[in-house]
Amino acid sequence: MSNAPVTRKHASTLRGGSLPKWSPWAIAAGSVVAGLGISLAAGLDSKVQWGLIAAIVFVLGTYGFAARVEGRRQAKDRVATSMVWVCFIVAVVPLVSLIWETLKRGAKVFDVYFLSHSMGVVADTETGGGIYHALIGTLEQVGIASLIAVPVGVLTAIYLVEYGRGKLARAVTFFVDVMTGIPSIVAGLFVLSFWILIMGMGYSGFAGAMALAILMMPVVVRSTEEMLKLVPNELREASLALGIPKWRTILKVVLPTSIGGITTGVMLAVARITGETAPVLLLVWGTNFINNNPFSGPQASLPLYIYRQYAAGTPASTDRAWAAALALILFVMILNMGARAIARWKAPKTGR
Amino acid sequence: MKLQRMNRRALTLGALAVSGALALTACGSDDTGNSSGGGSSASASNNSAIKCDNAKGQLQASGSSAQKNAIDAWVKAFTAACKDVQINYNPTGSGAGVTAFTQGQTAFAGSDSPLKPEEATAAKKVCGGNNAIDLPMVGGPIAIGYNLDGVDNLVLDASTLAKIFDGKITKWDDKAITALNPDAKLPSTKIQAFHRSDESGTTDNFTKYLKAVAPSDWNYSGGKAWQAKGGQSAQGSAGLAQQVNQTPGAISYFELSYASGSIKAASLKTGAATPAAATVENATKAISAAKVVGTGNDLALEMNYKPTAEGAYPLTLVTYEILCEKGNKADTLAATKSFLTYIASEDGQAQLTAAKYAPIPAEIITKVRSTISNLS
Amino acid sequence: MDISTQSTQAPPPTPRSSSASRKRAARGATRPGDRVFLALSRGSGILLLVIMAAIAVFLTYRASLALSKNEGNFLTTFEWNTGLVPPVFGIAVLAFGTVVSAIIAMALAVPVAVGIALFITHYAPRKLGGPIAYVIDLLAAVPSIVYGLWGAIVLVPHLNGLFGWLDTYLGWTGIFSWQGGAPRSMLTVGILLAIMILPIITNVSREVFRQAPQMHQEAALALGATRWEVIRMSVLPFGRSGVISASMLGLGRALGETMAVATVLSPTFDIQASLLDPGGGTFAQNIAAKFNEATVFGQDALIASGLVLFVITLLVNGAARFIINRRKEYSGANA
Repeated sequence: MSNAPVTRKHASTLRGGSLPKWSPWAIAAGSVVAGLGISLAAGLDSKVQWGLIAAIVFVLGTYGFAARVEGRRQAKDRVATSMVWVCFIVAVVPLVSLIWETLKRGAKVFDVYFLSHSMGVVADTETGGGIYHALIGTLEQVGIASLIAVPVGVLTAIYLVEYGRGKLARAVTFFVDVMTGIPSIVAGLFVLSFWILIMGMGYSGFAGAMALAILMMPVVVRSTEEMLKLVPNELREASLALGIPKWRTILKVVLPTSIGGITTGVMLAVARITGETAPVLLLVWGTNFINNNPFSGPQASLPLYIYRQYAAGTPASTDRAWAAALALILFVMILNMGARAIARWKAPKTGR
Repeated sequence: MKLQRMNRRALTLGALAVSGALALTACGSDDTGNSSGGGSSASASNNSAIKCDNAKGQLQASGSSAQKNAIDAWVKAFTAACKDVQINYNPTGSGAGVTAFTQGQTAFAGSDSPLKPEEATAAKKVCGGNNAIDLPMVGGPIAIGYNLDGVDNLVLDASTLAKIFDGKITKWDDKAITALNPDAKLPSTKIQAFHRSDESGTTDNFTKYLKAVAPSDWNYSGGKAWQAKGGQSAQGSAGLAQQVNQTPGAISYFELSYASGSIKAASLKTGAATPAAATVENATKAISAAKVVGTGNDLALEMNYKPTAEGAYPLTLVTYEILCEKGNKADTLAATKSFLTYIASEDGQAQLTAAKYAPIPAEIITKVRSTISNLS
Repeated sequence: MDISTQSTQAPPPTPRSSSASRKRAARGATRPGDRVFLALSRGSGILLLVIMAAIAVFLTYRASLALSKNEGNFLTTFEWNTGLVPPVFGIAVLAFGTVVSAIIAMALAVPVAVGIALFITHYAPRKLGGPIAYVIDLLAAVPSIVYGLWGAIVLVPHLNGLFGWLDTYLGWTGIFSWQGGAPRSMLTVGILLAIMILPIITNVSREVFRQAPQMHQEAALALGATRWEVIRMSVLPFGRSGVISASMLGLGRALGETMAVATVLSPTFDIQASLLDPGGGTFAQNIAAKFNEATVFGQDALIASGLVLFVITLLVNGAARFIINRRKEYSGANA
């Protein structure tokens, strides 16, 4: 075995030195301890600081060890890896906290009574009351907004994909993009200026629904457009070749093929506008009682309810705000998951 | 074939969703009366004072958030007796309340300040050419709430307050404060002065007081928006109280009912011999010194910010209900009248003290009652 | 919303590019049903344009009512007092606050979002990546008012420590000095906005990174590149335009965000060098805060500030489209 040292040398030039597999965990554990130690020594009491210090120690430690053992390129790679992990953890902490706090604090007063009663005459300082009136308001406003926005949005998308050429189509495409970026409060101000200040109509659920529809349209156009583009051209051509008019081709072939994707897009858009507070704050006025008529009189709305209860600032009202937030999140999440399930179930079978 | 079936299924789903939503509208309830135990038992015994006069329907009102808690208590007692009436008081703020009233959206407005001339003109349109009037209903001491460990009876005067909120006095052991509080152990911490970030009648009344009593230290024109630079802010009285509660060394102004937890209310040095504490009784004393400046049935008051009477707490806000003298909307008149009659009655005014509001002095409230009985 | 950027990646619509098919379409349109349908769909497109125009026109009209009576300079006045006679209001502080908070949010969110996107596509174990992507997708849909509630009640108390730390070690810069009030400043808003737009930017970036050409990556690996070098050389350049457009989406949301800012910020009509002391507000927050007490005139003044916000978001969106279009040509050659 005289050549043993030679082979060892060979192996090392080819593979280089490398840290054992458990080393990231060891460094992580070490840096957490270091973070805690430094924080305690310096008398810092925020967990966020502990985490930050631990993260910095981790990154520096990894670079130091790796640079010594494996060389600089590998060290950079390891730092990049740990940075990516740190990014992930840093981002996950607040997001998990958000969900966790909402669940924990929201569950306190979240029950059937809460869902089936309005606020009625319950004062801010008292416990009790519920979100039924707000739920009705939100459902009706979002429903009306969808009734306005979905046909317009889908037809516009059809125009862009099936007919659109030339200046008008380009202008529509551009402004749909721009419209996607309209802040919700601007949409609210627009309806305020033209419906309430100039036309002199009252605050109502319908006013809020119009602002929501403006926010919803571009989202529906965009998603529908994408879905229509995915419909294979052969289908259209086959239908047209049979002498079927174009409008029937669109209605009977193109739309049914992409209906799954369109539904998904619509549901995602609905989920998005359900949580919009700003336009509702300006337009529906809010009430503590049930108002089933969105066309006259003030209505409540779930996001607005959360804001009002938060602003009232008493322990009881803060509990209600959290519970309503929980209801809102559940509603939006169910819509979202449903949309994604439909998307998977009805995905157009193209080889994209 | 397959495509059509899918279509139909989508339709069925949609129909199901719509009918589900419709079904939902039928199963909720506004009846929250039994849900909360305490608080309303006292009012329940006084039901005899409430005359419903066959009033029915929903009453929309909005305005000052300063009187929200008082209205809450009244609405509770009133609707317990008159089950056919729903009163929705929306604490949007005085300005929005008056705007909504002049647009004809509400039956009455609650406001921290009487109608301005241009608002009165606008209101005539809704009142069919008649005047809209201000009826003082609730008095409220504006407490100077502070959060300072170990200092219980802080005394301040208008000029010191003005300097604190203008950022000219920045430490708690400033000479001006120690001179007013020779016995207190004042720390040398920074003063964190909080003001309202939204426009507010409370800010308006507070700065009016500063300007009236200490014009040389408060060089701002006043109004609902905070004008001084610097300091911190929060939304609404509840927001302010929350911040003061959390921040040691903080000071702010809000209605007395918010001064709870670690917040204590400072006394004000006035023209009288001893400083006036922020209490309900002292506020009523101060309102007694106010004079009626409204004409006819309009009972707008002008506060006397430099009272000499012992114990009168001058930093007091009077909130009004604003409605038409004649020409109120017929469908809500009965309910409005019946509700206002109740809140101006002895029983109604007696409710105020529990909610830390000041009843309107007897002399003025009797005028209010006679005005209400003539509303049409 | 990953929908809007897919357009940059999606294959261009293939149907009807030849003149023959155009003719056929034109002939098709002569049937009555086709004519009605075309009119309907074109009408919807035109309706969208009309709405956009109407927004601009109505806002401008109401804004002009307010601006004509303004005694202050709309662009430079540090005050918002529409109740005064004569009224004084200006957007200087709001513009400052809006821009500063958006910059902080972008500076914090974009690197982290790119990191998470890379984590999901290139670092996480495959079994973990899918579910994480799904969850972050869902988080993008959490309503802003919930972020606001969480920010005001949970996040703000946790920032006391961070602010104290920044003041102690970085206070000398002036940007991070702290007077010791409640931690509800521009930095707080920036952090909360960053958390809010993080899922949006992550989603879009992730889609782009996933589509990075596999061949390039394998080639780089075969040449002995480390994972990081692969990403730097073949994934990031490919994804750059996608990340930019994702960031613009996030920026748009950060600029126009209302409720989360309104619940968290302690606004003052003043500009401070320090990000930790209260100073500034944002357009949307100011509208939400002042709307309640506003008279009709006050509402007009707020509409004027909303118009400025509208124009700013138009410019940002326009710039985003411009960048994306130019980048597309580049990366088309590279990819």
